[in-house]
Amino acid sequence: MAGNKGRGRAAYTFNIEAVGFSRGEKLPDVVLKPPPLFPDTDYKPVPLRTGEGEDYMLALKQELRETMKRMPYFMETPEEKQDIERYSKRYMKVYKEEWVPDWRRLPREMMPTKKCKKAGHKSKKAKVTGQGTSLTNPADVLKKIEELEKRGDGEKSDEENEEKEGSKEKSKEGDDDEEDDAAEQEEYDEEEQEEENDYINSYFEDGDDFGADSDDNMDEATY
Amino acid sequence: MRGEGARGRRSNRGGKQAGRKLRSQGRDARAPRAAALRLLSTMTQAEIKLCSLLLQEHFGEIVEKIGVHLIRTGSQPLRVIAHDTGTSLDQVKKALCVLIQHNLVIYQVHKRGVVEYEAQCSRVLHMLRYPRYIYTAKTLYSDTGELIVEELLLNGKMTMSAVVKKVADRLTETMEDGKTMDYAEVSNTFVRLADTHFVQRCPFVPATENSDPGPPPPAPTLVINEKDMYLVPKLSLIGKGKRRRSSDEDATGEPKAKRPKHIADNKEPIPDDGIYWQANLDRFHQHFRDQGIVSAVANRMDQTSSEIVRTMLRMSEITTPSNAPFTQPLSSNEIFRSLPVGYNISKQVLDQYLTLLADDPLEFVGKSGDSGGGMYVINLHKALGSLATATLESVVQERFGSRCARIFRLVLQKKHLEQKQVEDFAMIPAKEAKDMLYKMLSENFISLQEIPKTPDHAPSRTFYLYTVNILSAARMLLHRCYKSIANLIERRQFETKENKRLLEKSQRVEAIIASMQATGAEEAQLQEIEEMITAPERQQLETLKRNVNKLDASEIQVDETIFLLESYIESTMKRQ
Repeated sequence: MAGNKGRGRAAYTFNIEAVGFSRGEKLPDVVLKPPPLFPDTDYKPVPLRTGEGEDYMLALKQELRETMKRMPYFMETPEEKQDIERYSKRYMKVYKEEWVPDWRRLPREMMPTKKCKKAGHKSKKAKVTGQGTSLTNPADVLKKIEELEKRGDGEKSDEENEEKEGSKEKSKEGDDDEEDDAAEQEEYDEEEQEEENDYINSYFEDGDDFGADSDDNMDEATY
Repeated sequence: MRGEGARGRRSNRGGKQAGRKLRSQGRDARAPRAAALRLLSTMTQAEIKLCSLLLQEHFGEIVEKIGVHLIRTGSQPLRVIAHDTGTSLDQVKKALCVLIQHNLVIYQVHKRGVVEYEAQCSRVLHMLRYPRYIYTAKTLYSDTGELIVEELLLNGKMTMSAVVKKVADRLTETMEDGKTMDYAEVSNTFVRLADTHFVQRCPFVPATENSDPGPPPPAPTLVINEKDMYLVPKLSLIGKGKRRRSSDEDATGEPKAKRPKHIADNKEPIPDDGIYWQANLDRFHQHFRDQGIVSAVANRMDQTSSEIVRTMLRMSEITTPSNAPFTQPLSSNEIFRSLPVGYNISKQVLDQYLTLLADDPLEFVGKSGDSGGGMYVINLHKALGSLATATLESVVQERFGSRCARIFRLVLQKKHLEQKQVEDFAMIPAKEAKDMLYKMLSENFISLQEIPKTPDHAPSRTFYLYTVNILSAARMLLHRCYKSIANLIERRQFETKENKRLLEKSQRVEAIIASMQATGAEEAQLQEIEEMITAPERQQLETLKRNVNKLDASEIQVDETIFLLESYIESTMKRQ
């Protein structure tokens, strides 16, 4: 720092007195560290305004924060499971209202798509139940296996054909089918909503023919 | 959600916000919003941080991630958002639905049917102000107005019938047993809110003819019909609010968690289906601004003059657009007729007051003509400027002391001053004055203008003039306010997190007590449970509550400064 004094002053291109240092005065040290995180303040902050309005707004703000968390718009991140289920949790559980966005106001791609999964869902269920009954008797099982071995792949392709035909029929049937679908959807809904009220689960149409009669199926997708 | 179609778009995707160019496509209703966006298109880190905290508090982390990504990158298509944020497509869709519902994100169809989504950053920041909007509605339209605005803010947009039903139900719950709130009464308040423009219709989807050939568009185009903006649909809402208890068996009440929804929905067609309403935040801002002006006049002159200004503002509330620099000219006769009934001042006194107001150097009120006993306007732009300057002055005073404030005001008044002049005029010893000047210079309250006598900019041959650039100082202060609020929120979250276990415990205990009270437990039992929280714990909870209250109150009050500065900056930018 000594260099800054005396002869060192020549390093400045301007009159150092203009900046407020008298001749021969020591210049302040170079600061090499960042400023403190919580610097001392010369002046204390003024106290907050208080009053009825302020208190009410404060209450509103805190209430709003809590309410927002209970709204259907609040997307929770999946919580890690607790080892012990607390009894009191039952009291604190909040039932969120369901929220059905107005799809007419949203881009079509916003709509959850679930056609293939849905179609697969039913046949899978049927298969499972079918197998379930046949598996009750061990003897039957063996017979069944033998049968299957004989028939080999043939049966599988049969099944596939059936399914294909089924789907063709479905599309032909048109209006009638929609009612079926709706009925199907109902039982499906109940089952799925036992778990989390998740987005994809409850939607069954893809968006293609949506614009025409949106009112019918719009209510199915829930958030 | 206003102004979807007319929004300009960014030419270079992926760049920083600064490069964004917005082009308004000439539909009048949308021009103001486009202009506002141009002002606020460059988001600073502090603003983004604040947006992130607000989104996270209101909608959870997933929505926050998507929202902040959109704020950082500008408009993006769905798949890119999902890819860039590493979030599953379904979650992105859901988050976008939430954001669109709350008017925080808008979408626009681009070439080849790609839909791009864009965040409305300034709208996100307005979430800070929700308590103030609600409180204002309460002061103007009592509890019913409060709940209507609250519901609209909580849900983003709703149909009128849904709002009325919900509000009536909520009001009924707070009433004594046997009393109920009538739908018609809530409806009336809603109409009044619409008449005064505090709520407005959202842009709607025009009905499309089925004969339209080709596939339906990838996204609906929303249009604003300015005529109908505040037109309340004719609904015959007959009924009364319902209590939750009785509504369990009733299909129209609150849906229970597992009830299949078709029953409730298909029962009756919604009469105003598709007509959504939102809170008109610009109108609220106009109200805040007017209140600020009125109280400034009251402080500067007296109650009567403030009442006159209030009357003038009220008369032009609906006729003057919220961003106009002046109100419509009003003759003194008109003002006289519109004064509130209880105000007994003669026409003569009114004229004297008006002359006095027009002569005031702050120019809140200006005289625009002599017809009709004198035509007067309120100079909204000047008023906002004065309010912003006063804010700056008082910040300097509280941060650096009154002597610094003296220098600051001096420089403000004289526009440009040399250092020597500052020392002389402020009558502060040279050394101290320099110290103060440099301090304010380094904090960017005061700026330095170089005027070289020779082209080589040699310091010895250069004038150094100190000056206050109000606009840039206001910007700097605004930025600091954003930072402070973000800090306040973080601190609050930290305090809450530190005491999470304790808070959970007290919530549990409260829940148990409540449920026991409901089943009619004995006093002794209740007390026993209450004692599960020890005295020191109780004390800790008290401290926490006090701290959180203080932090929350600070947030609200810093936001008032933010509002003032934002309004000033917006109004100044428009005039340039």
